[in-house]
Amino acid sequence: MSGVRVKLPAHLRKLARVDGEVRLDVPAPVTQRSLLDALEACHPVLRGTIRDHGTQRRRAYVRFFACEQDLSHEEPDAPLPDEVAAGTEPFLVVGAMAGG
Amino acid sequence: MTGVRVLVGTRKGAFVLTADGTRERWAVSGPHFAGWEIYHVTGSPADPDRLYASQSSGWFGQIVQRSDDGGATWEPVGNEFAYAGVPGTHQWYDGTPHPWEFARVWHLEPSATDPDTVLAGVEDAALFRSTDGGAGWQELPGLREHGTGSSWQPGAGGMCLHTIVVDPRDPARMHVAISAAGVFRTEDGGGTWEAVNRGLRSEGIPDADAEVGHCVHHLAMHPDRPDTLYMQKHWDVMRSDDGGGLWYDIGEGLPSDFGFPIEVHAHEPDTVYVVPITSDSLHYPPEGRLRVFRSRTGGNEWEPLAKGLPQEHCYVNVLRDAMAVDSLDTCGVYFGTTGGQVYASRDAGDTWAPIVQNLPPVLSVQVQTLS
Repeated sequence: MSGVRVKLPAHLRKLARVDGEVRLDVPAPVTQRSLLDALEACHPVLRGTIRDHGTQRRRAYVRFFACEQDLSHEEPDAPLPDEVAAGTEPFLVVGAMAGG
Repeated sequence: MTGVRVLVGTRKGAFVLTADGTRERWAVSGPHFAGWEIYHVTGSPADPDRLYASQSSGWFGQIVQRSDDGGATWEPVGNEFAYAGVPGTHQWYDGTPHPWEFARVWHLEPSATDPDTVLAGVEDAALFRSTDGGAGWQELPGLREHGTGSSWQPGAGGMCLHTIVVDPRDPARMHVAISAAGVFRTEDGGGTWEAVNRGLRSEGIPDADAEVGHCVHHLAMHPDRPDTLYMQKHWDVMRSDDGGGLWYDIGEGLPSDFGFPIEVHAHEPDTVYVVPITSDSLHYPPEGRLRVFRSRTGGNEWEPLAKGLPQEHCYVNVLRDAMAVDSLDTCGVYFGTTGGQVYASRDAGDTWAPIVQNLPPVLSVQVQTLS
């Protein structure tokens, strides 16, 4: 188990009623899927907001970054960087920039 | 003591406006769900403290929120809207097939008798029902499986089911309206549906009198006369006296028969309100004068209602779900604009005043009359 850090965009923090980063215990190997599964288990209101309910695919205007890398297009079961798994770097859920 | 609660959905949050029965002073709470588009907020007739809100975002999708204390506090409930079976395709703007994809909830219609039962009209067009207060949603697939579904095509705002009219005599009898497919009627609670668009004409589609393909903007019904329906269409204001079996034009006398909302007076089934705008490309009032038009004869004779409304340099629009009436005596009429004003009339439309200004663009207005 590890203390994975997740940074959510402001709208999702408010929806999940959390301040600052979310800390999660995620069983190894830490992947996008296991991290998001753990996030949704802790905060069920986030189901469907980051991944589509049915397909479990990342929503079109949501991106994933960590360790100054764009992980948005990584396979869901690919291991995330060690720093994310160790909790030294956060996993960033980011709403794509757009007006409005 | 009676009171009024006006529920306002906007482009960036929801607002709850409350007043006592005099409707003179208004308290404003909000924004609730700040920053999110609130397509619709409405209350249960069976339990006025039970409210439902449709909250959505292009980034993070759909959330349905529920309040059990009249809007003071809210809790997110179920947001999974899965089409039944293999959804298939409808037409895209360019006429090519496009898979049915859920985008958002446009309209929530709570049951008249059960606070836990609520219908949702969604984009891409379909009808869903929850019987557990919004926690779970099941499609009523008979509508989408109507034989014409593959030919439905979106209007400019998307292919949305935006209006649900339930017959007060029999909740199994409903009309829904879809842009840009038309009106559909069920007699069996949503199991089977028929298109009821005879009499509608729409230039710009291959067959102007087609069974489906008409861009209906809104429907209204008076509970005392459920077989009479009023329609604001993408051009034309229409009426049916046989539950949609045949529609006829009642727009004569209006400066423009283009618009979005249409509502009926709470106590007078022949008194109807519309807000004409110039055209489909000029979504603002004719001559920059914001006027509600009222017919007291069920159509064709219309009087402008302008007292208290801006009569120069006004270029706002009033969207389809952004007008409502209360059931006090005298009937109150309310509407919200894309300029962020909510106007109210305490005298059935004779005079108007803003009850809140400078909100984000208003998407919906609903009114609860509280006792």
